[in-house]
Amino acid sequence: MDFFHQLIQQLINGVSLGSIYALIALGYTMIYGIIKLINFAHGDIYMVGAYLGFFGVTVAGLSIFPALLISMFVTGCLGMVVEKLAYKPLRHAPRISLLITAIGVSFFLEYAGMYFVTATPRTFPDTGLNFAFSVAGFIINGQQVMIFAITIILMALLTYIVQKTKLGKAMRAASFDTETAQLMGIDSDRVISMTFFIGSSLAAAAGVLVGVYYNTIDPLMGIMPGLKAFVAAVLGGIGILPGAVVGGIILGVIEALVAGFLSSTFRDAAAFAILILVLLVKPSGLFGKNTNEKV
Amino acid sequence: MAENKKPLLKTEDVSEVFGGLKAVSDFNFYINRGELIGLIGPNGAGKTTIFNLITGVYIPTTGEILLDGESIVGLKPYEITQRGIARTFQNIRLFSELSVLDNVKIAYHCHVKYGLLETVFRMGRYFGEEDDITEQSLKLLKIFKLSQHAHEVAKNLPYGAQRRLEIARALAAQPKLLLLDEPAAGMNPQETHELMEMIRWIRKQFGLTVLLIEHDMSLVMGICERIYVLEYGVIIAEGTPAEIQNNPEVIRAYLGTEAVN
Amino acid sequence: MNSVRKRDLIMLIFGLLVFGAIQGMISGGMIGSFWQLNIILICINVIMAASLNLINGYTGQFSIGHAGFMAVGAYVGVVATTNFHLPLIAALALGAIGAGILGFLIGLPTLRLRGDYLAIATLGLGEIIRIVIMNIEYVGGAAGFKGIPHLTNFAWAYFAMLVTLFFVKNFVNSSHGRACIAIRENEIAAEAMGVNTTRYKVMAFTIGAAFAGIAGGLFAHQFYLINPSSFTFLASFNYLIMVVLGGMGSITGSIAGAFVVTFISAALASFPEFRMIIYALALILLMFYRPQGLFGYMEITNFAPIKKLLDKLSGTKGD
Repeated sequence: MDFFHQLIQQLINGVSLGSIYALIALGYTMIYGIIKLINFAHGDIYMVGAYLGFFGVTVAGLSIFPALLISMFVTGCLGMVVEKLAYKPLRHAPRISLLITAIGVSFFLEYAGMYFVTATPRTFPDTGLNFAFSVAGFIINGQQVMIFAITIILMALLTYIVQKTKLGKAMRAASFDTETAQLMGIDSDRVISMTFFIGSSLAAAAGVLVGVYYNTIDPLMGIMPGLKAFVAAVLGGIGILPGAVVGGIILGVIEALVAGFLSSTFRDAAAFAILILVLLVKPSGLFGKNTNEKV
Repeated sequence: MAENKKPLLKTEDVSEVFGGLKAVSDFNFYINRGELIGLIGPNGAGKTTIFNLITGVYIPTTGEILLDGESIVGLKPYEITQRGIARTFQNIRLFSELSVLDNVKIAYHCHVKYGLLETVFRMGRYFGEEDDITEQSLKLLKIFKLSQHAHEVAKNLPYGAQRRLEIARALAAQPKLLLLDEPAAGMNPQETHELMEMIRWIRKQFGLTVLLIEHDMSLVMGICERIYVLEYGVIIAEGTPAEIQNNPEVIRAYLGTEAVN
Repeated sequence: MNSVRKRDLIMLIFGLLVFGAIQGMISGGMIGSFWQLNIILICINVIMAASLNLINGYTGQFSIGHAGFMAVGAYVGVVATTNFHLPLIAALALGAIGAGILGFLIGLPTLRLRGDYLAIATLGLGEIIRIVIMNIEYVGGAAGFKGIPHLTNFAWAYFAMLVTLFFVKNFVNSSHGRACIAIRENEIAAEAMGVNTTRYKVMAFTIGAAFAGIAGGLFAHQFYLINPSSFTFLASFNYLIMVVLGGMGSITGSIAGAFVVTFISAALASFPEFRMIIYALALILLMFYRPQGLFGYMEITNFAPIKKLLDKLSGTKGD
C-alpha cells in the first residue's frame, strides 16, 4: 500500500516534469523535422523564456498569465532572429557545420545571459499557486495543475495550427521535402521562420512553468532540460509531434521513478541511458519508420 | 549437372522486395570468366539494384549469388570486395577532398599486410609496401590518362576524368570481376569512344571479367559479348548484341518507355 | 637512409630543440609558475585535440564526449599511483588501457550511428561515465579524489605529447589511416573499396580514447585533487573547439587550436563569461567564413617554404 502510494505520487510528479520536457521536445522535433538540425541552443531559448517570465512578474509587476504570454511572444521572436542570423546563412552547408554553429549559439546565449543577469540563481516570486490539495490521499499542488492545464491548451493549439491552418500544411509539406515544397510555391524561409517562432515560444512557456514549479532559475538552467528534451524527441521519433509529447512524458515519469526509488544522482544518467538504448534498438524512435540511405 | 566450366558469377532466382514492391524478381544470370557482359534496360528497371545485390549493399530477399561456386549472400560489401568484386557508382562516389593519387591508394587497402605496430613505428613491411602502392597507383593513373592530375583534389577533375578515376580506383582493389555502373554517363562521343578502348585494353591487360550497365548503346553494342535486358526487374531478353538489336521484346520495352539513344 | 625516415628524424630533432629551450627557461627561472602550468596544460590539450582529431577530423565521426575518456584515464591513473604506489609511467599506461577498453566497448555499438545522432550519443555516454564516477565512493564520489602525488612535470607532458603526435602522424599516413579518411570522405565508397568501416571507426575511436586516457593521467597528477566536475561535456566542448578551430583533419591544426584556446583561457581566466562569449562567436564566425578551420586538411609541412627546407634537409627532390 505504501509502495503504491509512493508510486502514484511519483507518477504525478513525473507527468508534470514530463509535460515540461514535452513542451521543449516539441520545438526540437519541429525544428529537426524542417531543417534537420539538433538545435543545441533550444534549451537556452527555454532559459531566456524563463527569465523573461521572471522579469515580467517582478520588474513589470504583471500577474503570471500575461507574463507567460509576453515571454512566449518575445522568445518566439528571439528564436526567429537566431535562425535568421546564425542558421539561415548555412542552409546549404554540411550538417556538421550547422551543428557546431548551434553549439556556438548555445554558448552565446548561456554566457551572454550570465553577463547580463549574473550567475546568481533568481527566486521566482509567489504566483498565488503555492497551494496544495489532496485527492484520495495524493498531493497535487497548484503549480502542477497549472502545468497540466497550460500544456494541454498549448498542445491543442499546436495541433490546430499544424492540422487545420495553411501555415500548418506548409510546415508539414516543408518538413516532408523542403525543395519540392518550395517548387509548389511554399515560401520555405517563412515556414522555417514560423517553425522557430512556434518552437521557441513553446520552450518559453516551459521555461516560465519551470520557474513557477521549482521557484529558481539561472542562466545555465537550459542545458540539462534541453538535452533531455532532445532525448524525449528521439524517444518518440524525431520529427513526429505526438512522439515528442509521449517521449517527454515517458522520460519525465522514468526520471521521477529513478529519483524516487533509486537515487537522485542517477536521474541524469537514466535519461542518457534511455537515449543510447533507443538509438541502438530503434533509432527511428517509438513512432518512427526506418529509412535507408540510397546507394 | 556436369558442367566443366563453372561460371565466375552466377545468380539463382534472386529477388529483392522493397516494402512490398518487387524491384528484382527471379533474376537468373551467369558470367563466365573473361566475358564482357552488358546489362541494359529502361530507367528504373532494377539494374543498379542488381549491382547492389551482387556487392552486398542489399541482401536478396530470396535466392543465391555464387562467386566461383561459393555463396556470397550475407557478406558485407568489404568482404565481397576482398573476394574479388569491385565496382564503380552511377552517381560518382569519389573521396572528393583527397588527391587523385590518394583515391587510388586507398583501394589497395585489402592487399596491405603491414600491421598497426609497423605503421606506428614505421618499420618492417611499412616502407616496402607503401612504395609499392604508390608506384602501382601511379601506373594505373597513367593507364587512365590521369598522371598529370595525380596531386590535384579529386573533386576538381572534369566529369569524364572523375569517371575514369572511379574505374582506376576499382581496379586498384585488384578484382576478378569489375562492375561498371554507367561508366559513360555524361561523356561526349569522343570520350565514350576512348573509354571503350580503355575498357577493352584493361580487360585484356588484367585478365578481367566485366559487367557493365550502360545507356549509351554505341558503347554497349560495341564492346559487350553478351547482353541481358531488364524491364521491371525481370530479364526479358539475353543474347549477342546482334540478337538483342533485333529482339521485338526489347524494341517494345525501349520504345514503349523512352526513345533509344 | 630513406627520405621519409630522415624527415621523421628532422622533426624529432626539432621537437627536442624546442623541449631543450623551454626546459632551459623553466630551470633558469625565466618562466613563472602560472605560465609553467599553462605550458603543461597546452601539452595535455594538444594530446586531447590530436586524439579527438583522429576520431572527428580524420575518420569523420562526430564525438563530443571526449572528456569522459579523459576522466577514466585520470581516475585509473590516480588510483594506480596513490593507492597502489605505482610509478607515473605505469599509471599513464593503465589509464590509456582503461580508457581504450571503454572506448572500444562504447564504440562498437554506437559507431553505427551517423552524424548528429552519434554526437548526442557520445555526449550522453561522456555524461554517464562522469555520473558513474560520481557515485563510486572508492574514488571519492562527487567530492573528488584527494592527495594525488604531484608527478606531472613539463618533461612528462611534453614527451607524452610528442609520442601522441608521432603516433597520430604515422597512423594517418598509412593504409590504416587512409581507410579512416576514406570513411570520412564517403563511407559507401570506402566499404566498396574493401574497407571494413566498422573496424576502422572503432579502431580510431579506441586509439583516440586511449590517448585521452593518457592526457587524463597527466592532468590528474598535475593537481592534488580531481573531481568529476572537471570532466563535464563543457570540457568536451573545449576540446571540440580546439579541433574545429585548428582544422578537422590537420595535426598542425590541433596543435594550433590547443595553443590558442589554452592561451585565451589563461588570459581571460578572471573573465569567464567573456571567454565563453568569445568562443561562441569564434565558433559561429568560423562556420560562416572558414568551416574547415585554420588549417583545413593542411599540415605545416605542406607550406611551400617549410616543405622546401625539409626537402633540402632530407635530400628529396621536390616532385
